[in-house]
Amino acid sequence: MEDAFPEPGPLRILIAEDSDTDRLILSKLIERQGHQPIGAADGDEAVALFCKHNPHIVLLDLVMPRMDGMEAARQIKMLAGESLVPVIFLTSMSDPDTLAQCLESGGDDFLSKPYNRVILEAKINAFNRMRLMHRTLSQQRDLIRSRNRMLLQEQEVAKRVFDNVAHTGCLNADNLRYHASPLSIFNGDVLFACRRPSGGMHIFVGDFTGHGLPAAIGAMPVAEIFYGMTSKGFSCEDVLREINQKLKRILPTGMFCCAAFIQADFHTSQLRVWNGGLPDGYLIRGDGSRDILPSRHLPLGVLSPERFSVDADVIPTEPGNVLLVATDGILEAENAHGEMFGEERLLATLDSVQEPAAVFDAVMGAIRQFSWDQGAQDDLTVFALEMNESDKAAEMSAGLTLSAAAGATQWVCDYELSDQTLGQFNPLPLLLHICMEVPGLRLRSGEVYTLLSELYTNALEHGILKLPSEWKDSPEGFGRYYAERERRLARIQGHSIRFTLRHSPTHDGGRLFIECRDSGEGFDYQSVLQHHHDRQCRYAGRGLILLQQLSHSLAFHGAGNRVEVVYDWNLT
Amino acid sequence: MTDRLHLDEEALAELKEVMEDEFGILIETYLSDSADRISALQQALDAGNDESFAKSAHSFKGSSVNIGAPQLGALCLEAELAGRAGRLDEAGVMLERIVLEFQTVRALFQQLLNP
Repeated sequence: MEDAFPEPGPLRILIAEDSDTDRLILSKLIERQGHQPIGAADGDEAVALFCKHNPHIVLLDLVMPRMDGMEAARQIKMLAGESLVPVIFLTSMSDPDTLAQCLESGGDDFLSKPYNRVILEAKINAFNRMRLMHRTLSQQRDLIRSRNRMLLQEQEVAKRVFDNVAHTGCLNADNLRYHASPLSIFNGDVLFACRRPSGGMHIFVGDFTGHGLPAAIGAMPVAEIFYGMTSKGFSCEDVLREINQKLKRILPTGMFCCAAFIQADFHTSQLRVWNGGLPDGYLIRGDGSRDILPSRHLPLGVLSPERFSVDADVIPTEPGNVLLVATDGILEAENAHGEMFGEERLLATLDSVQEPAAVFDAVMGAIRQFSWDQGAQDDLTVFALEMNESDKAAEMSAGLTLSAAAGATQWVCDYELSDQTLGQFNPLPLLLHICMEVPGLRLRSGEVYTLLSELYTNALEHGILKLPSEWKDSPEGFGRYYAERERRLARIQGHSIRFTLRHSPTHDGGRLFIECRDSGEGFDYQSVLQHHHDRQCRYAGRGLILLQQLSHSLAFHGAGNRVEVVYDWNLT
Repeated sequence: MTDRLHLDEEALAELKEVMEDEFGILIETYLSDSADRISALQQALDAGNDESFAKSAHSFKGSSVNIGAPQLGALCLEAELAGRAGRLDEAGVMLERIVLEFQTVRALFQQLLNP
């Protein structure tokens, strides 16, 4: 122990003794033991010399003029504060009461007269060991204290950095309720939500293995990728693939992220849910029934990109339906007896809910009542999403920064994709990115994205793949539609989609011309335009209505495989 | 009480070894110290201050024991106890015996230093 904090040189030993004879003998004895004696003739001088020389050990005669040994001991112990300065009384008294008083005044031991040099040496050595041990412990305690303070400061800074990276996105949207500990990042839990340029929403809830900074570090790139790609219009599949690849690369073996990714489209009232390692999610429907959304994948960061699957469950919903997803803190919340909340209690709580909208409060209430312990909720992240379009005013995600720099205002861009690329690559983020280089147009990214997205989807799914939109009207057809889409995409040959984008400025905005031409056979746009109020073809109809509403003009050419949209915008 | 050694040869031999060159200084210090103690005892006795008498006797006892004068130490202890018990009437006799013993011890020390 002494080696940890070595202390070089001889010990300074203060001797307070009014008898010159005794002081001489003691000084000589101590000198011969290799230490440095400091002599004082009374208590006053002893206290003064203590302050001046800061001795390691103090020998005090009990009976001295001016200030006696007990008072000197009291003052010296007070001056020494936290550090241990052993005080040994020199006395020939044997009265127990007096000896006890010596210890009460702060003394540590006695040395009786006549002095015995063997005992004197043994006591000095014993007290020096004790003093060093005390010093080592104090230094280690101070070290631990300062390290801990540093750790807390670092965590605070890390949390602030993380909050800047992860921000709240659109977690405050009025169709979203959630619970997350303010320091959840250090439990390894993350919850992000971000609006898509097309108006929908992405939600990511994750639970990293481990706790503390290692768990928090993995969350940083996830937040960056999630917000960055979602804002640029990437789909849930693209974002998931990117996050998995990143985590696989940076996380050490044995560390991963259980997560659920949700893409919500409120126009079509459709959910895409990817669950990798989190407890079952639940979609609570208006009639009280519920869909179970179990984990179908390994957690993120486990599989290599080639083996990673982004297949999401596609679920048609009705407005007002509520999706509930939580980390395993929901099942593992413990009560005072060490019992877990468990799936049974969760399901019973869901059964008791009358209205989908009440599910979040019911679940949180049940957990609070069960655990009565704030600690259980610190390890829990849970959210409920109601399938209603939220406040339009909050349409722009927080964290999207507007570039004030001047940019491209007058340009033309041709972009053509063909064959395998159509099945493997989503061109919308790229096209949107090109349009967003126009200063001011970023404020309209949602509308521009919707135009591009509707044109591309129509060209690909109906123009080239010839998928009948009526299929999407029934839950069975819905699944069939997407299965067939995958199948036909894989076999695509000799096809292409070509975008021509042209922008020119006007005095307070600009005009964006978009032409989308596909290699398909075209379609009877006249009849669709006439029937777009017909509920039977609301999906196909919705797209056209939307295009008409957003644009200055919409025109079909040729067999219906060439569409022109003119979009006017201004800064006001 | 009265049959102790005037000087403890064994203790003195040890002191001599410890003090080396300073042995002479130590003895001289003790002798002048002791003369001061005796006058302090006399003053306390004259003033009828039993507490001061006991304290001086206590200190004198300590240094006498340390220097290797056990008989003188024993006489000082008696005086200390008397002083503490407030028996100053007995103290006059005790002081006389202390003075007597001190003269003996001083003579022996001087012999030792200047053989």
